[in-house]
Amino acid sequence: MTNPTPIRSTMIDTADLRRTFKTRKSTVEAVAGVDLHVGAGEIFGFLGPNGAGKTTTLRMLATLITPTSGEATIAGADLRRQPGLVRQRIGYVPQGGSTDPTETGRGELVIQGRLYGLNAAEAKARAAEVLKKLDLEAAANRSTVTYSGGMRRRLDVGLGIVHRPQVLFLDEPTTGLDPQARARMWDEIKDLREHGTTVFLTTHYLEEADALTDRIAIIDHGKIVAEGTPDQLKQKVAGDVVTIGVNGSGSAVLALVEPMAFVREASYDEESGLVRLYVDQGETAVPHLLRSLDSAGYAPSSISLNKPSLDDVFLRQTGRSLREEAA
Amino acid sequence: MSAVVATAPTLPSTTERTPRMRLARDTWLIFKRSLILTIRQPVWIIFGMMVPVLYLVLFGPLLEGAVSAAGTGTNAFNWFVPGLIVQIAIFGTAFGGFGLIAEMRAGVVERMRVTPISRSAMLLGRSLRDVVILMAQATVMILLAIPFGLDVDLAGVLGVLGLLLLIGLSVAPLSYAGALILKSEDAFAPLINAIALPLLLLSGILLPMTFAPDWLEFLSSINPLTHAVDAARALFNGDYGNPDIALGVAICSVLAVFAVWVGSRAFSRSVA
Repeated sequence: MTNPTPIRSTMIDTADLRRTFKTRKSTVEAVAGVDLHVGAGEIFGFLGPNGAGKTTTLRMLATLITPTSGEATIAGADLRRQPGLVRQRIGYVPQGGSTDPTETGRGELVIQGRLYGLNAAEAKARAAEVLKKLDLEAAANRSTVTYSGGMRRRLDVGLGIVHRPQVLFLDEPTTGLDPQARARMWDEIKDLREHGTTVFLTTHYLEEADALTDRIAIIDHGKIVAEGTPDQLKQKVAGDVVTIGVNGSGSAVLALVEPMAFVREASYDEESGLVRLYVDQGETAVPHLLRSLDSAGYAPSSISLNKPSLDDVFLRQTGRSLREEAA
Repeated sequence: MSAVVATAPTLPSTTERTPRMRLARDTWLIFKRSLILTIRQPVWIIFGMMVPVLYLVLFGPLLEGAVSAAGTGTNAFNWFVPGLIVQIAIFGTAFGGFGLIAEMRAGVVERMRVTPISRSAMLLGRSLRDVVILMAQATVMILLAIPFGLDVDLAGVLGVLGLLLLIGLSVAPLSYAGALILKSEDAFAPLINAIALPLLLLSGILLPMTFAPDWLEFLSSINPLTHAVDAARALFNGDYGNPDIALGVAICSVLAVFAVWVGSRAFSRSVA
């Protein structure tokens, strides 16, 4: 193949992808029919609570697990019939690291290039290029056991891009990194997109999905429950979020505000003592709410108005907060 | 990044190679990497030789009376050293799975599984690394044994090294398959001990099996290792017409083919 990347509009295309696991007692459907369409050059975020089927989906797309049923085409290659071709065209950066502690960063990159079919000279040149790009030159000839967490993570990414894949899968690329290393990783990922790589990543951090991704899918119980750009998803939450601290009289306050015309949805979380409302036009709703509460004899301990965040989207779609998941 | 990246071909030339060329190339790459990383930690290679060397020095001299009493017709060290070499072969390669578990934990195995390399190469490269280390250990063992009275010619030594290739390829792939299935040292160590120790005792490496009661001799005769040891003894004695050699080679060859098949399957199996 002498021609550069053929132009394709869709890089990842799955239809009713499923995976069941059989344990001794039961059969668990970890992924229950997933349809994903990721365009060339997109950064696509894949979110979900633990055990939702996120990693299973990712590992299927990376050829590590065979799907039980369904179809998928990745970078123009059929996942079931051409796994070798898929492997040649993708890079995969696993969550738990991928380097031998006794090997040097350069050594790992060179062998990785060789495993992808480069000859010795090409692999050496490419390793030097990746080390430079990821600012690992100073540590290139040290064994990876001496690397900091951020350096090792960058090397993992380097191993994933050594063969210039068309699609790069990143499983929680910034988990466990300090804020500085995380910001750095975001820049690297954006830079990959600038150079035409499609990036498919999972993350626990909503600010990461918000700042980095072009589109997001949320998976829960093995199914996609929401998909769109971060802004589209936030708009779907419908309006603004008002949070009221209620000092124990939660259910009474809930009964009072729920029938109001501008309240789309209301819920009470006993643990935090907060009533949470999704309302149209929060700026006018808040004074109205305060008056109603006051005249009914309730004194709220706090009231806040927020634009919806991705966490609100997540909470609404999965009933769980991603922040709790991350903790 | 520069324009170099944008204009370079996305796909390397791998797809143009024939499957057999790819297997050979990928096996060589894995072999070289594994060997280099192993040699960087030579303590394990030396450690693997300690027990057999202790047997040679502290137990071998005791055997001189027993071996002649058993009527084997050879000097004690020509009888004993082949057994010790097979012992290195079994324990050295059977424990190869531990290294693989460490690689799995580091994420290296998964990383390689996502590359387009041949699944069999992941097995063969590592197994051949074990074989080469084994041959080096056996050579050291032979050199150490010569002052004690071992009497071999070069042809015999080369024959034994060839036999070790077959033994190594019989044991290492099964060890890797076990490691891939069990995934933890805690489960793997008891399994290996439960299999390797009886096989070793039954192969008659410590005392001639002519001392054994009938049932024990029968168990020994169905142990493939017994035939490997017998073949090695015949080779050391320069007894090249001995049918034990052909039998040992045949048994080890069949076992090696089976083990490589099992091991390759374990590497290509989809993992949860």
